[in-house]
Amino acid sequence: MGKNPEFVKFDKVDKSYDGKVLVVKDLQLDIAEGEFITMLGPSGSGKTTCLMMLAGFETPTNGEILLDGNIISNIPPHKRGIGMVFQNYALFPHMTVYENLAFPLRVRKVEKDEIDKKVDKALSMVSLNGFESRMPGQLSGGQQQRVAVARALVFDPAVVLMDEPLGALDKNLRESMQYEIKHIHESIGVTVVYVTHDQSEALTMSNRIAVFNDGKVQQLSDPAVLYEKPVNSFVAEFIGENNTFNGEVVDIDKDKCKVKLANSEILANPVSVKSKGEKTTVSLRPERALINPTDKMDNMFTGKIEEVIYHGDHTRVRLNLLGNSEFILKVPNSTSNLELKVSQDIKIGWNSLDARALDPK
Amino acid sequence: MSSETKQILTTDGIPLEISLKKAEKKNKIKAFLLVAPLLVFLFITYVFPIGEMFTRSVDDKMVTNMLPKTFKAMEKWDGKELPPEEVFAGFYSDFKILVENQTQGKLGQRLNKEKNGFNSITKKLLRQIKRKKIDETIGIKEQIMKVHKNWRNVEYWQAIKRTAPPYTFAKYLKGMDMYFAPDGSIAQVDEDRRIHRILWLRTLEIALFVTIFCFLMGYPIAHLLATLPMKYSNLLMICVLLPFWTSLLVRTASWMILLQQQGVVNDFFVMIGLVSDDSRPEMMYNKVGTYVAMTQILLPFMVLPLYSVMKTISPSLMRAGKSLGGTPFVAFWKVYFPLTIPGIGAGCLLVFILAIGYYITPALVGGASGTLISNQIAYHMKTTLDWSFASAMGLMLLSGVLVIYWIYNKLVGVDNIKLG
Repeated sequence: MGKNPEFVKFDKVDKSYDGKVLVVKDLQLDIAEGEFITMLGPSGSGKTTCLMMLAGFETPTNGEILLDGNIISNIPPHKRGIGMVFQNYALFPHMTVYENLAFPLRVRKVEKDEIDKKVDKALSMVSLNGFESRMPGQLSGGQQQRVAVARALVFDPAVVLMDEPLGALDKNLRESMQYEIKHIHESIGVTVVYVTHDQSEALTMSNRIAVFNDGKVQQLSDPAVLYEKPVNSFVAEFIGENNTFNGEVVDIDKDKCKVKLANSEILANPVSVKSKGEKTTVSLRPERALINPTDKMDNMFTGKIEEVIYHGDHTRVRLNLLGNSEFILKVPNSTSNLELKVSQDIKIGWNSLDARALDPK
Repeated sequence: MSSETKQILTTDGIPLEISLKKAEKKNKIKAFLLVAPLLVFLFITYVFPIGEMFTRSVDDKMVTNMLPKTFKAMEKWDGKELPPEEVFAGFYSDFKILVENQTQGKLGQRLNKEKNGFNSITKKLLRQIKRKKIDETIGIKEQIMKVHKNWRNVEYWQAIKRTAPPYTFAKYLKGMDMYFAPDGSIAQVDEDRRIHRILWLRTLEIALFVTIFCFLMGYPIAHLLATLPMKYSNLLMICVLLPFWTSLLVRTASWMILLQQQGVVNDFFVMIGLVSDDSRPEMMYNKVGTYVAMTQILLPFMVLPLYSVMKTISPSLMRAGKSLGGTPFVAFWKVYFPLTIPGIGAGCLLVFILAIGYYITPALVGGASGTLISNQIAYHMKTTLDWSFASAMGLMLLSGVLVIYWIYNKLVGVDNIKLG
């Protein structure tokens, strides 16, 4: 059984609500069978619109959406066989948990015994056995969420869509639900399209992440690549923390370039700059800059500590470095901690490979 | 644990429990005082008039007060044969007092309602008394019996005895086209004289259909209101409420202009050739007029509760229904509709109860076949001045509404009503 790498395909999809502004522009996206793909982006970036088009609640202005090779743009939502978990769960408040789960099976005219079996299986998947006769209003937020997940999966859909399903939960519950959904996905191998604006959620759960901004996919790759090798400054900024320097390329060769800042020069990795004289934003992850490095590093500078913030597992240090007073360092909490004091001068070093020269902001 | 059993004291040594209760009591008194004006108002404007209506509807003291001695003497009479001499003597002395006060006419009228013919025989007796034909020194019974043959008829004396109790439910029976037969049982009035029962049924029928029409028209409007974007829904809301803010009389009058035979609607029908000029349909002074005008007037009472309920239904529920495989109809019927039931209940109950007691509109556009029980009540209040009958019918209407409310509570549950 070969997995179809183009199980869900957005083919040159445009979407406009008012005929003036395109909220989704020329979207080209292939989702493999059994994949967990996350659409990540700030609000208004078009990710939810994409999900709604896939579910059938919106129609594309241009282009086609294909599901397993079939064009589905003209199929109404109830015939698509796509499960969906809504932002506010959308459990039917007048039905018990059992009736909620049985709903998609009953409309498909499944036998009563079969319904009982499937509902039972779905509930045990989210470890909610024994809650069949409860009303949704009697459940906690996390339990409601699980019922919503179980309901979206109970009729064995080919694709499950999740629209910011964990947005209303508190932080601890959200994290445990992330793992739970991830495990469910791994155990049943359903294709999941997940929408969120929470980058840590996306990084934890997904096989691949599509970062949306301005109606376009900015980068589509697995979480590690997305974090380590952002292709443009929006992605670098949006995923994780980021120290930036704005400057101009003064010298460039194959894997190194020299960027001139206001009153100094740094070495960086040319990702999206091609030639001398281009403006660029250099992006550097806080954890890639080290204090008093023992290894040889090709960027070594001295900065002044402006602020020290204790975070438990790590300490954040804000420095003034090369004219950037927002330069953040993360110092892990270990036994060999340094004395860090405000207005102290410290030496900072990083490899030019980690400093990615991207498009200017 | 020791902390559970030990009494907790406040800083000044009073047990906490007691001082909490004290504080609570103060709050309760405050709360009561705040609602006290409303309670007094309710009592004066609601409980008291209803009590007053009830006493008036069953009140039958007039004859009781007019013929005290007669009724005293009648206590011993078995009511099967002609009463003994004492009853006649008692009646004679009661009647003489009435003659002195010149109120014997009222007695005649009242007794005439009980049995036809009393009016004339009391007048005859009056004439005999005025001519001083009655000798008080000898047996009164014989002399009265000579006045008119009906005075020798035991049925007339039985009729007097029936009016003895100071309270009667005859008015209630009359409201249902029934009466107390001479032997005290309950009988139906002749079929061609049963007007009230027709009115009750018609009132129920019109209220029911107006409720159904309001529901059929109000449900889509409320749905549209709840789902349209704000700027359109506000406009639509004003369209719904505008008639609500217009005087009832103005609205009814405008329906009269629209619906009369030479009215706008008929003119339009003739213009487009739907009907010919000489056979314009009658749309007013009958049930049609009542239905049209009442539906329009009561529509906001259906739309508003429905709207307030629909507003709280998340649109994602319908989407969930569809995405789970339900056709739009199934999603509506299984998901959306059950969630609107509290609004439907509230709206229908409101419209039905208002319609069942509606007065002005049926009075103006209803004509003969479109009037309701409330018009009959008003008729007895204003024209026949039979206030006790009007009160009785008013109370019957009120208890009817309470019964409907009770049935509704059994079927749907009042807790499920949502007015906003």
